[in-house]
Amino acid sequence: MAYSKKVVDKFENTLNDPKAFNVGRFDPKEENVGTGMVGAPACGDVMKLQIKCEPSGNTHVIKDVKFKTYGCGSAIASSSELVDMLIGKTLEEAKAIKNKEIVDALELPPIKIHCSVLAEDSIKQAIEDYESKQ
Amino acid sequence: MNEKSTIYLDYASTTPVDPRVASKMMEYLTPDGEFGNPASRSHRYGWKADDAVEEARSHVANLVNADPREIVWTSGATEADNLAVKGVARFYKSKGNHIITSKIEHKAVLDPCRQLEREGFEVTYLEPNEFGIIQPEQVKEAIKESTILVSLMHINNELGTLNDLQSIGEITRESGVFFHVDAAQSTGKVEIDLSALPVDLMSFSAHKTYGPKGIGALFVRRKPRVRIEALIHGGGHERGMRSGTLAPHQIVGMGEAFRIAKLEMTKDHEMIAKYHEKFLDEAMKIEHVYINGDLKNKVPNILNMSFNFVEGESLIMGLKDIAVSSGSACTSASLEPSYVLRALGRKDELAHSSIRFSFGRFTKESDVDKTLSILNNVVDRLRELSPLWEMHLDGIDLDTVTWNTH
Repeated sequence: MAYSKKVVDKFENTLNDPKAFNVGRFDPKEENVGTGMVGAPACGDVMKLQIKCEPSGNTHVIKDVKFKTYGCGSAIASSSELVDMLIGKTLEEAKAIKNKEIVDALELPPIKIHCSVLAEDSIKQAIEDYESKQ
Repeated sequence: MNEKSTIYLDYASTTPVDPRVASKMMEYLTPDGEFGNPASRSHRYGWKADDAVEEARSHVANLVNADPREIVWTSGATEADNLAVKGVARFYKSKGNHIITSKIEHKAVLDPCRQLEREGFEVTYLEPNEFGIIQPEQVKEAIKESTILVSLMHINNELGTLNDLQSIGEITRESGVFFHVDAAQSTGKVEIDLSALPVDLMSFSAHKTYGPKGIGALFVRRKPRVRIEALIHGGGHERGMRSGTLAPHQIVGMGEAFRIAKLEMTKDHEMIAKYHEKFLDEAMKIEHVYINGDLKNKVPNILNMSFNFVEGESLIMGLKDIAVSSGSACTSASLEPSYVLRALGRKDELAHSSIRFSFGRFTKESDVDKTLSILNNVVDRLRELSPLWEMHLDGIDLDTVTWNTH
């Protein structure tokens, strides 16, 4: 496997200490929670990302994040990496996150770039869900 | 961590060379060994190398109860499959252009079949049943006037399931069609008696049976005679069927490996069957585990399981101190899950979740115990990470969910 040490470490750390790496769930019905779920079991990856936000000035800030991912090692590492990027960001900043940042942070091999695309899609969807509730 | 502390459970992929085989091979390389060219007829170096090659040929023939003159050395089972499939098709093309194989053959048979289609041959790809077995009646129904060859594997490399060679061979004999069998996974695992089995060509590999990589053989029956067109020309070695200077050290390795396989098959089988039973009993205690293949009709050295709600590549990464292989798409360059598992009609997600464990001569009981304990733990942890497991626990039927595919 042509994975970088970064992918392997991120995957193993997340697996060994899921709580510390924001694995879990919020109640999706709560008003301050936005949920995004992308991918399909038949394709081999499903990411569920949840953000908990608070209003701050004229925007909203991501206070906490939970995720669960079914997928290959790099899909799990990509989700976990994304979570690290999100906490404390405004929704505008979060929307601006591009999959390339995850690719670079984890040194994903070209064949695994779709994992980072999936991660980007999951935050977009979670924000959409959150905004639809406000 | 010392890399050698990784437990090797991927014997169906390749086996280590038995140390007894390696020491025999060493005798055929260096100046003080028998390094000669077996085709040299004019001096003792050549004669000695030729003797060693012929002795090895007898060992290979002996394991499968064939005549040594029916064994042709190749670079491996892939070349043997190519030589059999293309060799028969091209030699007998004036008799017909139809070939029958199955959807779950090794690529070493499927890719030559694709090539033959480009050359104008017609190929029927039989569908296996849900356990990965081709029924003899399917072969019978598929044979037509223009059929010249049936090529099916003996033991499936991903599932360990066995085809009924006797019944299929009786059908091909009756129809006057040649029958080729890829037996790369069979040697040293099950008895093969080619003096009785109605099979015309059979492919063998050394490195699945504790011999070296880079050497294999094709059995080409003499009575009734099968003719093949060579793929490699240049010197007329191997009675014109496969030219090129023979590699005595490789050949001696294969011969020694097959000689030992004949002697130790029962012992190996008993030990591995015991591991298989233990592994199966314990692993099946994990919830939502499925067996791929047919428990009632398979070899014990291969065990293919799907752990639902967990993706195979992440499971392999979690099992980092255990060497196994997966039918998951993510471990392949193509991003497609195993074509073998898909052909069984199982859901794609089960193919994505599959792991093949394969045991061998050097597996220890402590390897099995350690693997089981790690497996239990990693499946639990990955399920804790899995949104599908969470949905399953919430009572959601995943088949009714509309997914946002990307």
